[in-house]
Amino acid sequence: MARAQSPRRRLLMTLAAWSVALLIFFPVLWMVITSFKTEASAVASPPEFLSADWTLENYAEVWARSDYPRFFWNSVVISIGSTLLGLAVAIPAAWAMAFVPAKRTKDLLMWMLSTKMMPAVAVMIPLYLVFQRTGLFDTKIGLVLALMLMNLPIIVWMLYTYFREIPGEILEAARMDGAGLWNEILHVLTPMAIPGIASTMLLNVILAWNEAFWTITLTTTKAAPLSAFIASFSAPQGLFYAKLSAASAMAIAPILILGWFSQKQLVRGLTFGAVK
Amino acid sequence: MGKINLRNVAKRFGEVAVIPDINLDIEDGEFVVFVGPSGCGKSTLLRLIAGLEDVSDGVIQIDGVNATDLPPAKRGLAMVFQSYALYPHMSVRKNISFPLKMAGLDQAEIDRKVEGAAKVLNLTNYLDRRPGQLSGGQRQRVAIGRAIVREPKAFLFDEPLSNLDAALRVNMRIEISELHQSLKTTMIYVTHDQVEAMTMADKIVVLNAGRIEQVGSPLELYRSPANTFVAGFIGSPKMNLIDGAEAQKHGAATIGVRPEHIDLSTTGGLWQGTVGLSEHLGSDTFLRVTVEGVGMLTVRASGEVDVHHGDTVWLTPHAGKLHRFGADGKAIG
Repeated sequence: MARAQSPRRRLLMTLAAWSVALLIFFPVLWMVITSFKTEASAVASPPEFLSADWTLENYAEVWARSDYPRFFWNSVVISIGSTLLGLAVAIPAAWAMAFVPAKRTKDLLMWMLSTKMMPAVAVMIPLYLVFQRTGLFDTKIGLVLALMLMNLPIIVWMLYTYFREIPGEILEAARMDGAGLWNEILHVLTPMAIPGIASTMLLNVILAWNEAFWTITLTTTKAAPLSAFIASFSAPQGLFYAKLSAASAMAIAPILILGWFSQKQLVRGLTFGAVK
Repeated sequence: MGKINLRNVAKRFGEVAVIPDINLDIEDGEFVVFVGPSGCGKSTLLRLIAGLEDVSDGVIQIDGVNATDLPPAKRGLAMVFQSYALYPHMSVRKNISFPLKMAGLDQAEIDRKVEGAAKVLNLTNYLDRRPGQLSGGQRQRVAIGRAIVREPKAFLFDEPLSNLDAALRVNMRIEISELHQSLKTTMIYVTHDQVEAMTMADKIVVLNAGRIEQVGSPLELYRSPANTFVAGFIGSPKMNLIDGAEAQKHGAATIGVRPEHIDLSTTGGLWQGTVGLSEHLGSDTFLRVTVEGVGMLTVRASGEVDVHHGDTVWLTPHAGKLHRFGADGKAIG
């Protein structure tokens, strides 16, 4: 039931919401602003905003100094690849957990999620060594595998939540209609769960795109994505804030645009099942 | 062919035996109705036959072949679910053609069969709609269409009409009965509504707590209920069951008399009683009459009867229509 709100209360709520949104968005905004300043202007104290010298120089220099398209392509391959591979593994797993649960399914789900709570640095050395010895180090396929495994618990959990909303009778009807397991998942379950799968996909592309710890640790040059591209601008000689900001803006722009266009889907996905 | 035999079939969920031990023979072409109160195991029994649940013990034979361990798709049965269970993302045409596609039929054959089923079920104009754009009755027809195109050995219906309104339910009941007459395929129909059971079945299986109480034609069950459970369950309004001294007079622990087998008089009769509630339906009048030493009896009088709350009436059961039951609840010959 909707609660009646007085105009005063609504105004306060709107102000509070905008303040929080601005607070969260401010670092990104400041980064974008800084990327258009000169290096001197970027480090000026007190910070300059209106009086700054505006320039596109930083973008030109970042573009000239590094192979942005290669980093971008690596990011695309790694984030989409790890998400698709994750879905291929997670859809059957979530199907089993949602429709033929065993006694310990809930425990298993909790355990899977708990692995996300483990500090990544705890498995850094073993994973680094495994990657080196198996030739996966600094390869796109290696990063696809690593990020897929990192995000798998989230993918399984999200899909499990969506699948639980699908009436079991429809899958039973498919079974009666002669569909084997594969056809049941391919022709009935997956199309019905498309909105959920799309949300899961989007979120995981974003998570994989933004992942920095593993992408920097497990790559040097060949497979390095945009997160490593940003890191490469923190030179030992010191930080060049304007150029670093320009590089960062270039790195996050694609995912920001994707997020902007898919925000409806994302919000629906993240709040799914919260309200019934 | 569609002969189904259950031999010592049991189903347990953990420690709970939902179906302890059932033996049942369903002949080819029969319309069999499983009826019983909620939780009596009728849907579970249907799901065991369908293969959607595994049996804990016993054997299910379909056309003489042991189908106990066969997956649902290999049993050659079609099922219509209570919730219709249509594929919401597919058009009516795709819903109906899905089982044919799974069976690997060529497109021309699929189209021919879908058009045929749509014609029989008056769905031709709705073939390109999605289930969400159809009414409850139309959805149920699509579910039936999806079942008939497969030309199964038997149809399984799991309370298919319970989501429909009363008027539509009557229509669909007639349609399903007509479908059975034209297809002559075995049908197993689960319901808790004994009116559906009585009007549709060749054979009724009355279930209670996972056990078969009685198997027989509707009139056999009506005329000769095997026990007080069946006596009370079959017939509407339900049979009056009378315990105590009145029953002992007839050499039984319980006697039963149907509301329509009691003569009503305002001048004299066997039992004197006071009218509590009277329901005037026009075609019938239902009276709740309290008789001292006997209890509350329901009486069905034909047509309009001019008696009202508080009136004194006399009731006399029809000769030969009294059912006698022993202390164990079983009918006495």
